[in-house]
Amino acid sequence: MTPEARNRLVAIGAILVAGAALGWIALGNMGENLVYYWKPSELLAQGEKAYGATVRLGGVVVPGSVQWNGDHTSLTFQVADTHLPTAAKVTVSATETPPQMFREGIGVVVEGSFQSNQVFKTNRLMVNHSNEYKAPHDGGMPGDWKDTVTQAANEQ
Amino acid sequence: MPFWSPLALLAVALGLVITHFAVPTTRAWMWKASAVVGLGALALLLYLGLIWAPPEAFMSDVGRILYVHVPFVWMCMIAFTLNVGCAIAYLMKKSWRTDALAESTAEIGVMFGAGGVLMGSIWARPTWGVWWDWDPRLISTAVMLLSYVGYLAFRSFTEDPERRATWSAAASILGYVSLPIVWFSVRWWNSLHQVQSTSQSLDSQMRIVMWWGTVTMLFFLFAFVVKRYEIARSRQSSALEAPPEAPRQEVAA
Repeated sequence: MTPEARNRLVAIGAILVAGAALGWIALGNMGENLVYYWKPSELLAQGEKAYGATVRLGGVVVPGSVQWNGDHTSLTFQVADTHLPTAAKVTVSATETPPQMFREGIGVVVEGSFQSNQVFKTNRLMVNHSNEYKAPHDGGMPGDWKDTVTQAANEQ
Repeated sequence: MPFWSPLALLAVALGLVITHFAVPTTRAWMWKASAVVGLGALALLLYLGLIWAPPEAFMSDVGRILYVHVPFVWMCMIAFTLNVGCAIAYLMKKSWRTDALAESTAEIGVMFGAGGVLMGSIWARPTWGVWWDWDPRLISTAVMLLSYVGYLAFRSFTEDPERRATWSAAASILGYVSLPIVWFSVRWWNSLHQVQSTSQSLDSQMRIVMWWGTVTMLFFLFAFVVKRYEIARSRQSSALEAPPEAPRQEVAA
């Protein structure tokens, strides 16, 4: 075999292997096996099996559910599958100061465990930003998260 | 962004590189001009990104990193796509030029990719609340960058230039699998990272600045790739005219 022909064989072999690997990942069931976070409905569907295991829970912060205690840095809110009022909800209790972006209606991913008292305890709260980037309305400056949280607490 | 925009960028980058090689009269000046124009574009980008564009509604000024984070990662992906093109071209028809261009594009791609990840991390801390998380997009990007770092390491550890060119080309084709995984990871799996922006999801002024950032980085990509290519070419020619194994002994007077 000439070196040229061998190189072409290497090319074809590499492309076949690469294509097969990609096809396996794209079309195989890896999407179902690899789970970065569970939605509240998926977590609740696990029933008692979900208790205690360290998992990530992702969803949207239910408007009106945020309770913030600045003295004890304790934050409680509900996470729902979607913005629909009928969506499955899980109460989350966080012990850390939330990121600045945290507000009602925004997506969050929390890492922690679901307790048997139906509260998801977390010490890692992440905000899931959407792909929307907009200028502030009526030229106002964006608010601080503390204002948003305090405002939400006062409104209750 | 429309779905074809990365392909349009790739076409522009490819056009520049092909012009550089196909038109000998452009070789001396075009990449230098690209670097100079890039510096001018960067100055304008600083103005557009930091002053002209409005702050993001919820992220405030932190959101401005979008104008460099996204272009950096796009340049990384364009460079890796050029790299796999060179790899296939080399295996089809042996040429030290395509091998040198493959080395150049891989290294420049890793540079842009590492910059993009670094800026993503800086962006993530104030917005997501963490520097890093084991999210599908972040993992796949890390794997992609590491596979190209491995590609470069393989190149520098292999002595025989012919073996290096052939097997690094095969490695390049295999490594390129990571790129579509990175691109689609935000759609295939639940992810902390947001999906690609569309024209609708981006404020019109912000969209202009993001495009300007992309154009700016494209000028730099071309200049860097050509410069790094020339370094690779001069290393190849010095390897061909290799000096004797040991320095000649000075004859004692």
